[in-house]
Amino acid sequence: MKTIAIKVTINKKQQQLVIKPNLTLLDLLREELGLTGTKCGCEIGECGACTVLLNGQAVNSCLVLAPQVDGQEIVTVEGLAVGNLLTPLQDSFLDHDAVHCGFCTPGMLMSAQGLLDHSLDPTESDVRTAISGNLCRCSGYQQIVDAIKDTKVSVNDTNKARIHTEKRT
Amino acid sequence: MSQQIPHESAILHVTGEARYIDDLPASDNLLLGRVVYSPHAHARIISFDLLKARKAPGVVAILSFKDIPGHNQMGPVVKDEPCLAETQVTFAGQAMFLIAAASDAQCRAAEKLIEVKYELLDSILSIEDAIEKNNLLGPPRTMNRGDADTAMKNSPHVIKGELRTGAAEHWYLESQAALSVPGEGPEITVYSSSQNPTETQAVVGEVLGIKKKDVVVEVRRMGGAFGGKETQANHTACWSALLCRATGRPVKIRLFRDDDMIMTGKRHRFLIRYEAGFDDEGKIRVVKLELNSDAGAAADLSFAIMERAMLHCDNSYFVPNMAVLARVWKTNLPSNTAFRGFGGPQGMAAIETIIDRIARVLHKDSLDIRKMNFYGLGDNNVTHYGQVVENNHLHTMYDQLVKSSEYATRRKSIEEFNQANEFYKKGLALTPVKFGISFTTTHLNQAGALVNIYNDGTVLVNHGGTEMGQGLHTKIQQIAAAELGVSIDRVRVNATNTSKVPNTSATAASSGTDLNGMAVKNAIEILKDRISATVAILFNEKDASVTTDKIEIVFENDFISDAKHLDRRIGFAEAMPQMVLRQVSLSSTGYYRTPGIKWDKTKGWGKPFHYYAFGMAVSEVLVDALTGAVKFLRADILHDVGDSINPGIDIGQVEGGFIQGVGWVTTEEIKWDATGNLMTHSPDTYKIPTAQDIPLDFRVALLQGVPNPDVIRKSKAVAEPPLMLSLSTWLAIKDAVSATANHEFEPDFSIPATNEIILLSIEKLKHRKKARTSHQMLE
Repeated sequence: MKTIAIKVTINKKQQQLVIKPNLTLLDLLREELGLTGTKCGCEIGECGACTVLLNGQAVNSCLVLAPQVDGQEIVTVEGLAVGNLLTPLQDSFLDHDAVHCGFCTPGMLMSAQGLLDHSLDPTESDVRTAISGNLCRCSGYQQIVDAIKDTKVSVNDTNKARIHTEKRT
Repeated sequence: MSQQIPHESAILHVTGEARYIDDLPASDNLLLGRVVYSPHAHARIISFDLLKARKAPGVVAILSFKDIPGHNQMGPVVKDEPCLAETQVTFAGQAMFLIAAASDAQCRAAEKLIEVKYELLDSILSIEDAIEKNNLLGPPRTMNRGDADTAMKNSPHVIKGELRTGAAEHWYLESQAALSVPGEGPEITVYSSSQNPTETQAVVGEVLGIKKKDVVVEVRRMGGAFGGKETQANHTACWSALLCRATGRPVKIRLFRDDDMIMTGKRHRFLIRYEAGFDDEGKIRVVKLELNSDAGAAADLSFAIMERAMLHCDNSYFVPNMAVLARVWKTNLPSNTAFRGFGGPQGMAAIETIIDRIARVLHKDSLDIRKMNFYGLGDNNVTHYGQVVENNHLHTMYDQLVKSSEYATRRKSIEEFNQANEFYKKGLALTPVKFGISFTTTHLNQAGALVNIYNDGTVLVNHGGTEMGQGLHTKIQQIAAAELGVSIDRVRVNATNTSKVPNTSATAASSGTDLNGMAVKNAIEILKDRISATVAILFNEKDASVTTDKIEIVFENDFISDAKHLDRRIGFAEAMPQMVLRQVSLSSTGYYRTPGIKWDKTKGWGKPFHYYAFGMAVSEVLVDALTGAVKFLRADILHDVGDSINPGIDIGQVEGGFIQGVGWVTTEEIKWDATGNLMTHSPDTYKIPTAQDIPLDFRVALLQGVPNPDVIRKSKAVAEPPLMLSLSTWLAIKDAVSATANHEFEPDFSIPATNEIILLSIEKLKHRKKARTSHQMLE
């Protein structure tokens, strides 16, 4: 199969990659780049476990072909925290016990960040709508909704990022 | 010690660093495995040809049953499940061949080259069909108290009916997965997403023809399980192990979502026939039940699941005369398996249906019927299988919840709303849960642990339980820290590994913390005893003016001290190198078995459960009578977890269990076509609840001030019981549907109540109302 070259910014790092044209963005991240934080749940765009930000918009990476992201900017769950600094959104997930098995968590965080980037003070209804494409089978969603609702600051605003009191394990 | 600390892996999860099987770093020679399964529900395999497929690009191995070095068997209880089909297939989705290649695409290409000739056979695809053909999986069971027939004859009111409860797919976010890595000689290590590593180890050993000493199974975490990985994770582990053995290379299998849904078992469908007698007040005199379950093509855990259904068809109610007949039927569908509640939900659905109907017959609020039939505090407190309902919180919870949910006011305003609205109807229902905690297979109620303290003062805890998101490892970390009197960050809970703690039970029956927490405590008590003796010597050597006895030594706040002379103390981390210098072992196993339980399976009598967990919920819904659409307006839940070890985790379990149950009773509908192929094999067609489906107003509280005696840190199991609180949502919908005909007729209503079924039920009520009106007009 013919390969093609793309340039893409992933988690603020610009990369030049040579890929097969039928590669999905999900497989590019997980298989080619080892960014396994993005999860593969259904591969048909229904469960949201593979959600990433494409130019600031939450998308199912299993439904995006890698060549489509040429020249674009991607943020994955690995791109949220800076070193030991968790974002307020990540912190809020800890505070609200919004993490159970954790498999939906990366996708939930990216959908939530997509919302918070555009809406500083979302209502509960906004939050529920924003994560309605992200399935969670453990939590019953309320703790996740509360975590997102109570974040209420833009996660892009790095000045507000604070060190979490827990040590990194 | 109750503490709301985040899940022990929470930071790893929010940063994407937590690893599941599919995320483990791959070695260069890793192969991907694929399972080829039967497209037919029942067929004889006339012949198969793998030659072309074996020559396909990238293929390293293709295996059939002929290539299995050990026994072709992976049945966990009954040996009735071949690992790979031999001469026949008994369900669509049954594994036949295994492919290993460098890529998934190569596996799929090779699969297309496999040729199989079948002779199609008649298949049994429903419980009714199995009953007609008398296709029993095993002997029927009965459980009786009193004289049901006489009591029925003497009852002022008798109702009879049929109830169906649907199958459900676990829909763990992480599909079944395993990575097998070859070791030296016969050794193999299997990284599995399994709730039962010990059984996975046994079954892998069996198919490979090697002993348990040569098989290590490790489980770091699962991306959800809910019972679906209690026995059926063994399958994926076996398949990857077989390919690993055949190729000598690491092999990973992660089932594609649709394949997972097609191949694995579901919650057992039930067909329940009931008859109940009661008096003018609504007090139940007698219940007769016929429970029929669809086991699918093999036994798996079907008999234990049916047993739990029999033990929970009383739910929270005293039924003086009870006769239960239970039959497990064999069909040509994937073998159904454990799913949160384990038969309990089906049993409870039966009695809750009966109570609900009694209320309609007597024109009363079902709330009052429930209250008058609750197990008593001093009398009427023995179940139909002989266990006394001790520490009964039903009455306390009822009083608290009826008040906090403003039940009476809301009932009144709902009646007004329903009078005023023709096309929208609201419904309200309260249901309780009493759930028995312990494996009913008594010997499984045991656990082991291995606790290592290192000379830097950190602690590594191994135990037999597995982490699937329920927060077990977090609670174990808290228990270990509290028992050792050290801060949480000194303690790490290790991945579950069969070489660390052997011969364990599945993490199931909601008992993970109860059993493993006690085993960890036992190990720590042994360690503390050793450490105390030596610390007392240290203190006495340093200052002989007073004598410290080892029984005075306490472990608190990262210090080890003499409780009588508080100035005599040493930091925990400071003390540990001293222990090593003085040749004290800082490693100990621990063990626990649940005391006092006794269950005679043949007589159906005894004390199968260590204790009961209680819960109660009020649901309010709005039904659109023109479309059948449901809006979940409000849920109030009060749940009993004893003294909560971690309230954040416990509330999460209550909410999660409840919403999972709401899926089972509303939107989750499994359908097979006439050939036994699953139609709802994808999240496109099978709908679990989303964030839009939960109650608009969701209020969850834990019952306070109810320590649970004789259980670790006075806590209570939580995982399964809250699922059954969703029966309140189901009955609230039924209440709203019933309101479309002024509660004059019994709605035709089973589980799940999908929008379609709700609409059909409303239409039927309309016809009955119309028929009666025209009948009256004729008269």
